Amino acid sequence: MAQPETGPIAAKPHIKFDPDGKPFIEAHRCRACGAVTADARLACPACASRDGFDAFRVKQTGKLIAYSIVKRSYPGIATPFVSAIAAFDGGLALKANLVGVGFEPEAIAPNIEVRLTFNEALGRTDAEGRAYVGYQFEPQKS
Amino acid sequence: MADVYILGIDMTRFGRYPDRTFAQLGGEAALMALDDCGLGARDVQIMYCGTVFGAYEMTGQAIMREIGQTGIPVTNIVNACASGASAFREAWLAVKSGVYNVALAVGVEKTPRGMLGGGAETGIPLEGLFGSASMPAVFAESGTEHAAKYGTTFAQFAKVSVKNHHHSTMNPKSFYQMETPLEQVMGAEMIAYPNTKLMCSVNVDGAAAAVLVSERKARELGLSRAIRVRASALQSDPWNPSNPMMPDVNTVTRLAAKSAYEQAGIGPEDVSLVELHDCFATAELLHYENLGLCGEGQAGEFIDAGETTLGGKVPVNVSGGLLSKGHPLGATGIANMYEVSLHLRGEAGARQVEGAKIGLTHVVGLGTASAVHVLEKA
Ligand SMILES: [Zn+2]
Repeated sequence: MAQPETGPIAAKPHIKFDPDGKPFIEAHRCRACGAVTADARLACPACASRDGFDAFRVKQTGKLIAYSIVKRSYPGIATPFVSAIAAFDGGLALKANLVGVGFEPEAIAPNIEVRLTFNEALGRTDAEGRAYVGYQFEPQKS
Repeated sequence: MADVYILGIDMTRFGRYPDRTFAQLGGEAALMALDDCGLGARDVQIMYCGTVFGAYEMTGQAIMREIGQTGIPVTNIVNACASGASAFREAWLAVKSGVYNVALAVGVEKTPRGMLGGGAETGIPLEGLFGSASMPAVFAESGTEHAAKYGTTFAQFAKVSVKNHHHSTMNPKSFYQMETPLEQVMGAEMIAYPNTKLMCSVNVDGAAAAVLVSERKARELGLSRAIRVRASALQSDPWNPSNPMMPDVNTVTRLAAKSAYEQAGIGPEDVSLVELHDCFATAELLHYENLGLCGEGQAGEFIDAGETTLGGKVPVNVSGGLLSKGHPLGATGIANMYEVSLHLRGEAGARQVEGAKIGLTHVVGLGTASAVHVLEKA
């Protein structure tokens, strides 16, 4: 799906847009073995097959694999934030900020269920002043 | 095939050398290693140089300009934090193949200050938007993945730093020589939970070098201080569904360890000491299991029981490790082998592992490579 002519830009190449401009995550599944990658590869990294990949829309529900509460980052980057990796139902692992859990390790349960939501990339704009679309993880409401 | 031996090996003290070049540091280590076995630059038939930040500068050839430009083949190797061990392995292959009798491997680094990691960013900065690409955070995540599976605690990770800093007080070549009690480690500035500042390896400069010789050459020159290379393994990361969002330091280490144990015909129970890649305190515990030093999920109990402290079942990082001795990326792999060689020769002084017969070294270069070597007194 092409990027909208106007409007925000995908902050990661696997963020795609519906015709109505709604963002989603696109991943690729190996036709031979089913391995999932964010980007299409020349051949499958799992089985080396050259049968190709089928693009699919990634489910926005998944499980936390790991996290770190980042208190110091590179100069100019605001902290704290929670850096997290989550595996989404049906395939694909992504890394993003985990929000809505605070910054105390006791409050972050291992393997919690998360939902991927899109955001305005913390309001960051590029040299031309263009806005971006990013994503984050939130705990699923139980 | 005949065995390959380390005949000479040494390292500079790790530290900050703003006024010295890569070639001067690497050259110093090379001369020390040659002196260690009574050879000179003219005896060296092939040379490999491992470095990360010096990789674009033909550092290996620059080292030869410092120690003797004999015109031998020189190759520069870059393999992230596995660069030094990879250079060593190329030298091992060159001798093992029978083509050369004397090879020199040098690892050297001048490491930039500050936090390593990240990468090229376009459009907008991605750090802090899609989590963190900083090394402390990346390895913290490996630690919390282990904690989620096995209940490993912050205190257990912190004990790695207590132990390695303690070991470093007995190593004059270590950057730090200081005791850091548990409350000090846990109370230090939190960089990326669960890694505090004292749980992050220290960016320093330094060099290490080894002279590798064929069995014939070793017998000719004398085996009294020679170290036999029982195994040299290098692997890259296989497919993993979380990769590359989460670098997999576990599987690649397990592959390298399996290959090394098979080559050597030994198991983890035969190893007297280990120098492993404690780039962050969280990483060390994972590698206890990856290298088979303890059972799956038992790394926390293993450190609690003191099994990896000097005097324990299998002392780990008695040099002080990357956390305390320092981590000059390209030099680290060969420096690990220097430490093990000292113990096998019975020359490690106050930190000597008594009766050390077989030692194992391990590094991880994120991206991802892992090298494991098994060394034995000849
Ligand atoms: Zn496949």
